[in-house]
Amino acid sequence: MAFRPIRFIPDDTKIPFMLLSRFGFFVSGLLCLASLLLFIFVGLNVGVDFKGGSVITIRTEQVANLDQLRSKLDSLGLGAVELQEFGSPNDLLIRIGTQEGGDPAQTLAVEKIKSSLGPGIEYRSVDVVGPKVSGELAEQGIIAVVVAILGILVYVWFRFEWQFAIGAVISLLHDVLLTIGLFCLLRIEFNLQIIAAILTIVGYSLNDTVVVFDRIREYLRKYKSMPLADLIDFSLNSVLPRTILTSVTTMLALIALYAFGGEVLRGFTFTMIWGVIVGTYSSIFIASPVLILLGTNREDARQKAKVKPVRP
Amino acid sequence: MLPYSRFKTIAILASVLIALLFALPNAAPPQMQAFLKNTLGAKSMPLGLDLQGGVNIVLELDRKDFKTNLLKQLTSDTRATLRDAKIAYKGITQSENGVSVRLSNAADAPTAKTELTKLLQPLNGGLLSTGVAVNLYEFSNQNELVNLNFSQSGFDTKVSTAITQSLRIVSNRLNGLGTTEPSIQQQGRDRIAIQFPGISSSKEILDILGKTAKLTFQLLCQEQPTGPNQTPPQGCEELPLKDKPDQKIWVQTSSRATVDGADLTDAQPSFDQNNRAVVSFKFNQKGSLRFGKLTAENVGKPFAIILDSIVVSYPNINEAILGGSGQISGNFTTEEANSLAVVLRSGALPAKLNIVEERTVGPSLGSDSIKAGFNAAIIGLILVMVFMVVAYGLFGLFADIALLFNLAMLIAVMSVVGFTLTLPGIAGIVLTMGMAVDSNVIIFERIREEWRNGRSAMASMETGFSSALATILDSNLTALIAAVVLFGVGSGPVRGFAITHAIGILTTMYTAFTVTRFIVTLWARWARPKEVPL
Repeated sequence: MAFRPIRFIPDDTKIPFMLLSRFGFFVSGLLCLASLLLFIFVGLNVGVDFKGGSVITIRTEQVANLDQLRSKLDSLGLGAVELQEFGSPNDLLIRIGTQEGGDPAQTLAVEKIKSSLGPGIEYRSVDVVGPKVSGELAEQGIIAVVVAILGILVYVWFRFEWQFAIGAVISLLHDVLLTIGLFCLLRIEFNLQIIAAILTIVGYSLNDTVVVFDRIREYLRKYKSMPLADLIDFSLNSVLPRTILTSVTTMLALIALYAFGGEVLRGFTFTMIWGVIVGTYSSIFIASPVLILLGTNREDARQKAKVKPVRP
Repeated sequence: MLPYSRFKTIAILASVLIALLFALPNAAPPQMQAFLKNTLGAKSMPLGLDLQGGVNIVLELDRKDFKTNLLKQLTSDTRATLRDAKIAYKGITQSENGVSVRLSNAADAPTAKTELTKLLQPLNGGLLSTGVAVNLYEFSNQNELVNLNFSQSGFDTKVSTAITQSLRIVSNRLNGLGTTEPSIQQQGRDRIAIQFPGISSSKEILDILGKTAKLTFQLLCQEQPTGPNQTPPQGCEELPLKDKPDQKIWVQTSSRATVDGADLTDAQPSFDQNNRAVVSFKFNQKGSLRFGKLTAENVGKPFAIILDSIVVSYPNINEAILGGSGQISGNFTTEEANSLAVVLRSGALPAKLNIVEERTVGPSLGSDSIKAGFNAAIIGLILVMVFMVVAYGLFGLFADIALLFNLAMLIAVMSVVGFTLTLPGIAGIVLTMGMAVDSNVIIFERIREEWRNGRSAMASMETGFSSALATILDSNLTALIAAVVLFGVGSGPVRGFAITHAIGILTTMYTAFTVTRFIVTLWARWARPKEVPL
């Protein structure tokens, strides 16, 4: 061999996770509470996908005079017109709300903007979402997240035990809540892409949790007399290299996507990066400690092991 | 671990080869693409509208408008039926859900009922019926009051027929435009989704879809309004004039004074003797007869040409038009005449279609997105591959080979099934690269643990793979649940992501247990390692 691989996590790492998790529980609880308060009192910056309206991105030949453009658009009588730079000084994003007068009024408003801006402008994208569709999209988004979490609850319950399922779901809710909190705090637009990102976070975080749970289950059968907290610590430490390495590779791919994938995907990638951090944290500091709180039925585990041996 | 049956070896190598072949069209030069398509039928992935640019429109049937149309029809049918049966009535009123008739004589009610029952129009009663006929209307009467009301199920059935009809008309109209081929699909109960690649402005399409194209020829009333806000007399309705919307025209509504444009067989743009753009039309036999009769009986009188409740023009009838063909004039531009001809040819929509969602991506943004997505994928791939070699050395290299194959397989599956690649789809692929190596990480860490626990190199590898199996299965299946939900509930861009992500998870599971394992086995057989290089 030309060179030895680098060990990022030293062997025999013994981090007292369960001890730290008391602190983690406290911090997470505070953050969740803060997210909830932010959600209730500040709210999400909901995009046109969910509240209806239109978004137009344009590219101008010269650097656009924002103030001039803004007053031009404001005079159209389309309600509040948002105007902002989108990636570069020549790229602008125009957003208007749902117009009165039902579905036909929405496309009419876009035509108005187009004719007011005049020639010499490249329309990069136009999105018009009618009031009815936006309501449905919002509904579908919520259903998607709920169905995914329920499906996962059932799967984990079936493959492990109910305590594991509860632990997994609590940590998923934690991830979703913190993501929503971050969106409330940073006022980033919350749209369909973000729902997709949240569902992916759910999948990723769970992936992490299941790997940890899998090890805990294995050790529960192997070390029958070890105290649960020690056993969980031991399990977490043994899968720690994998947890960290996978997070790093996923993060590398996401960073490439964030930096080079273009403006359109940025919201999605940002959410995912946040999700990988939160998801990794929660599978260690939330999902596993919940097992201690609920206590696993070791007798049950043993019986299950007899009936249905998973390891050959 | 060591004994790999010949069959298994061949199967694994074949899967690698097939995946590479079918992924190839996506990267090959055009000539080679053509060759691959002809010999293998291998195509490249179709690109989504967000990558190639285009317009995405969702139309919804305007139920209110549709009901109004049906009610109008019902009112005139009721009137005609009662007249033909010689039943006297005091008045007909349209309500929100139907029509009520106040008969002059309550004793006529049973006769009226038998006659009007003929209008109930049992739907779905044909050969393909599901068995139970659904009535469009429900019949009820109290003394001299007779009601015909829509039944909910009847109306729903009518809506679904209307949407099928609209689908056909919309595709006729769009194909009449003669540009790139649009994809037109029904969505839900009363929606039509249109994807129009390679078009950067939706205005043209909206113009052509915004018209119901209901054409009628109606005689003008004797009286005409002399000022604004006058009520038209009995049997007349007020309509605006195309060129002067403020000017109103009163036209007769009775069926005897009307010829319906539904009987048109052809419409073409042309020019009249004064070189103005007009639309020439031709009626079928039934239409010709009616049109001939109406014009013959009313020579010298004006008649209105009405399109979507707007009077286009009201020329005088100079002579009886018996051949069934004529011209519509109305100060059209050439483009207007052209699009009018297209919509008239394709027939009238049963009701207005509203645009409920429209997403347009310009071609420049599309190609920028492809470039950005491609760059991100390559850079992500390199980062992940380098990291794996740094972290796992030779085994990292094995994982990298498996990763490349995994990507080829993902692309091959997408291409063969014909899943559309979107920008979120590219994100799904990049994310798959990051997460795909996870399976290998799990396996390698396991092998290392076994090795450190004192097993021999061979035994460590053996147990490493087999004990990692359950973990990988569990962790990937749960992620798959999320991806499947995303696909099921999501729409458009979200779906694109869900597809690549889900396929990525499946190919990842496959490669981890065949390809990585196979490579490690080959190496172990050849090197006969005394220790695990991890």
